[in-house]
Amino acid sequence: MVKSSPPSGFLIDRDDERCIRCQACARMCSNDVHAYDPEEDIIVSDNTKCVGCHFCEAICPTSALIVKHNPSQYRENFNWTSEAINDIKIQAGSGGVILTGMGCDKPYTVYWDHILLNASQVTNPSIDPLREPMELKTFIGRKPDRIEIDHSTEPKLATEISPQLELETPIMFSAMSYGSISYNTCLALARAASEFGTFWNTGEGGLHSDFYEYGPRTIVQVASGRFGVTREYLSAGAAIEIKIGQGAKPGIGGHLPGEKVTDPISETRMIPTGTDALSPAPHHDIYSIEDLRQLIYALKEATRYEKPVGVKIAAVHNVAPISSGIVRAGADFIAIDGTRGGTGAAPKVIRDNVGIPIEMAIAVVDSRLREEGIRNQASIIAAGGFRKSSDVIKAIALGADAVYIATSALVAMGCTVCQKCYTGKCNWGIATQDPYLTKRLNPEIATRRLKNLLRAWSLEIKEMIGGMGINAIESLRGNREQLRGTGLNEVELKMLGIKPVGEAW
Amino acid sequence: MVKTRNYPNYTGLIMRRMEIDRGGCSLFGMMDETGEKFSGAQVVKAIAKMQDRENGLGGGFAGYGIYPSFKDHYAFHLLYNDEKAKELTEDYLEENYSIEKAEPIPTRKNTMIMAPPLLWRYFLSAKETKVNNGIDQDFVVSTVMKINREIEGAFVISSGKNMGIFKGVGFSEEVGKFFRLEKYKGYAWTAHGRFPTNTVGWWGGSHPFGLLDWSVIHNGEISSYGINKRYLENFGYNCTLFTDTEVITYLFDLLARKHGFDFNVIGRILAAPFWDEIGRLPDNQREICKALRMAYGSALVNGPFAIIIGHTGGIVGINDRIKLRPLVAARKDGILYLSSEESGIREVCSSPDEVWMPEAGEPVIGKLRGLDG
Amino acid sequence: MKKIRIKERYCMGCRLCEIYCATQHSKSKDLVKAYRGEYPKPVPRILVEEKDYLSFAIQCRHCEDAPCISACMTGAMYRDSTSGAVLCDDDKCVGCWMCIMVCPFGVINRGQEKKAISKCDLCLGEEEPACVKYCPNEALVLEEE
Repeated sequence: MVKSSPPSGFLIDRDDERCIRCQACARMCSNDVHAYDPEEDIIVSDNTKCVGCHFCEAICPTSALIVKHNPSQYRENFNWTSEAINDIKIQAGSGGVILTGMGCDKPYTVYWDHILLNASQVTNPSIDPLREPMELKTFIGRKPDRIEIDHSTEPKLATEISPQLELETPIMFSAMSYGSISYNTCLALARAASEFGTFWNTGEGGLHSDFYEYGPRTIVQVASGRFGVTREYLSAGAAIEIKIGQGAKPGIGGHLPGEKVTDPISETRMIPTGTDALSPAPHHDIYSIEDLRQLIYALKEATRYEKPVGVKIAAVHNVAPISSGIVRAGADFIAIDGTRGGTGAAPKVIRDNVGIPIEMAIAVVDSRLREEGIRNQASIIAAGGFRKSSDVIKAIALGADAVYIATSALVAMGCTVCQKCYTGKCNWGIATQDPYLTKRLNPEIATRRLKNLLRAWSLEIKEMIGGMGINAIESLRGNREQLRGTGLNEVELKMLGIKPVGEAW
Repeated sequence: MVKTRNYPNYTGLIMRRMEIDRGGCSLFGMMDETGEKFSGAQVVKAIAKMQDRENGLGGGFAGYGIYPSFKDHYAFHLLYNDEKAKELTEDYLEENYSIEKAEPIPTRKNTMIMAPPLLWRYFLSAKETKVNNGIDQDFVVSTVMKINREIEGAFVISSGKNMGIFKGVGFSEEVGKFFRLEKYKGYAWTAHGRFPTNTVGWWGGSHPFGLLDWSVIHNGEISSYGINKRYLENFGYNCTLFTDTEVITYLFDLLARKHGFDFNVIGRILAAPFWDEIGRLPDNQREICKALRMAYGSALVNGPFAIIIGHTGGIVGINDRIKLRPLVAARKDGILYLSSEESGIREVCSSPDEVWMPEAGEPVIGKLRGLDG
Repeated sequence: MKKIRIKERYCMGCRLCEIYCATQHSKSKDLVKAYRGEYPKPVPRILVEEKDYLSFAIQCRHCEDAPCISACMTGAMYRDSTSGAVLCDDDKCVGCWMCIMVCPFGVINRGQEKKAISKCDLCLGEEEPACVKYCPNEALVLEEE
């Protein structure tokens, strides 16, 4: 039989009149799509290799390139989509698991797009953030049920408050391991977080020695592979996050393909160069909630109870009871990662079929913790595909204390979500360890762009909450009265705990 | 000319709606710090002066020290839509309390007050066996919540000792006349005239809102209602009266009675100072304010408000953190006055010793002498 | 004086600096026209050197003690007093190419039409040098030395 490989997804459209044969595209493409033919004096493009990252399009000085979808199509079939057909052909060829990068791209409901926000008018003035203070300051950590004040001499605080993280804006950078992303990318995240007044997360790749200076703004992660976990590592961070799961691949561990395990990665993670770094699915010392409790307290002991210790889980069906258990096990914060969460490498079938959306997860977890009277014992951090400031506001109104962004941060730095992170050939210099490519991410530019993103979203958030007549973020947190659902059925509205559009309070 | 239209409300009662455009609600509070009592007619007069601020959809009063012969009993004021509600409630009360006296609340026929519901009052003490080593007041709170939540058509209007709330639908002056307030004498009174914005006017929805000896009157709108309500639900307080002001009453019960904070601290929780200001405070105070914001963020009341709280110890007035509603205070001869407008004060006191506008978030506290705080 | 410095850590080797430099010094100053029609073909005054994954762009260093000025027979090579840049007077240059021989960096090029040499002139008269302006990764900077 004729070996059948699927047609490529993308097509390069070159405007020959504008092409000046500068060969930047040929030089830059890590997938060797373009090549200069000196005899004919033209550049030829091999569409089969194009991954649709648009780097050539961006770098072309005369805008001569357009990257399009390949019009070569199978007969229309609602059940047998091109993707379904192509995936089978690939697996017939390789006999392996199909890998992919980034978050679930399937058309499941995005609840953010079905939720609308309120604004105050007439009876309650909206507040103008340009003229009045608008407070976004957020604290992550365990809060006491009540405060005692000692009035014996001068009024003094008598209650001891657990360690907290202080954020200037309720947005933090989510976990992305050094290994899945490049050194320069980590540096940009660390710098932007430190300069803006928020936090970044090491992910499961450990903390490179050069980044210890950003420790006070770093959340260090302890994942199932325990990569890079040493006493210094734990002391360096401002908080510790035990990673049980992530939204892109609930139920399985992290995966860093061997191509991306270079010497510096090997040193930071403490594993041999070139080997696949496969984190086990569970932590092999956490087989029950009691074991988790033990680890949480072991970490607290090791860091003298000076740092918040939290847990990150993927949003799955039982996320509410699981979260309740985690809070009772002593976690100071829970990070919940929804199904749209990104990854550097995951089996495509798991990324697209396992896990639930973060919107539902926040709503049910917040409600459950309140029902049980333990909501203030841990902060909830929501993660998983936040695309804009309105998503952030809706998440906080549903009950989250803060949100984690990762894909958005990468897009700010150049990423076009081509989903090929696992190849290690990221043309933008982000999801790669190849020294030819990592140079392309200038941390000075990237830091600037990340800070711009945080600033832009913070300003938008201030405008919107001011519009609601609120001037402190704590009055938005859990305030579901400010939300209304549109195009959702009764059950969904009930689960989210919001009223339908049209209903006054 | 005044146009009128009839609208049904949540309890099925009909009330008039005036269509002239007016400004927001009116507040008035007055207390004699020496404990000397005065007639309710005074506050009716003061609140009537500010009638421009109402639209006839609600008025109400709270009086303290008005039941001296039953001062150790909880005076429950109840509103019933029908006899059935009354029956069910009385059964429930008989089970859990000894009823010293039960009678309809005396009223005077007033053509301006349409179709009032059944209005009764009971002087109660909780049965020892039912309280069962718990705290008396917690028991009363759970009784109130239960009646409001579960008995259809019955609502507890006030539940404190030696105090009572009188409220209804109509202009406040008319409500005052309806309840014959001139016949009561108390050392502290508050009065409210309503201009409802988000909800239809109904008897239970007028101000003041009460729980135990707390009464709250409010001018404003609570943008943080959604979270204040959910926070209070954790502690067993249910919001059933369709008006955002309800949460303030319960917040006071929680923060003052259960968590033991004084009014200055409560002011720092409900109308929290801004982070900039907190940063400039001396160390101890800064740590306290920071801790309060962290722990009680869900009790921050956001949105414009001026409120006057009444309790056995006196009256307290507070503004929101950016002072978006008016509140004026005055003193003369041991009497503290609080009002939305100075005109209300001048109506009952032509030359006060001092008149001032309290700062945003700073409570004005009236203290009954001889009582602690 | 203000000089152009390369941050080789960020140089991608895309050679766009060469393209924009050449265009800046072309007749039409338009990318497409300069490369697809002009004769002689525009020549850049900046060059990207590469070895493995290391690459960097280099142009005239405008040396304090410039060998090219000493070597110049006619005095065409001179230092501009305001900017401190080393420039070549086209009219005086006879194309002996001694400067090319002595330049330790090899950043002087042979002329195309005329025999006069071409080299980096810091794009004096422009807001900023074209290579600095258009480097997509901000690897070239104009700094006070």
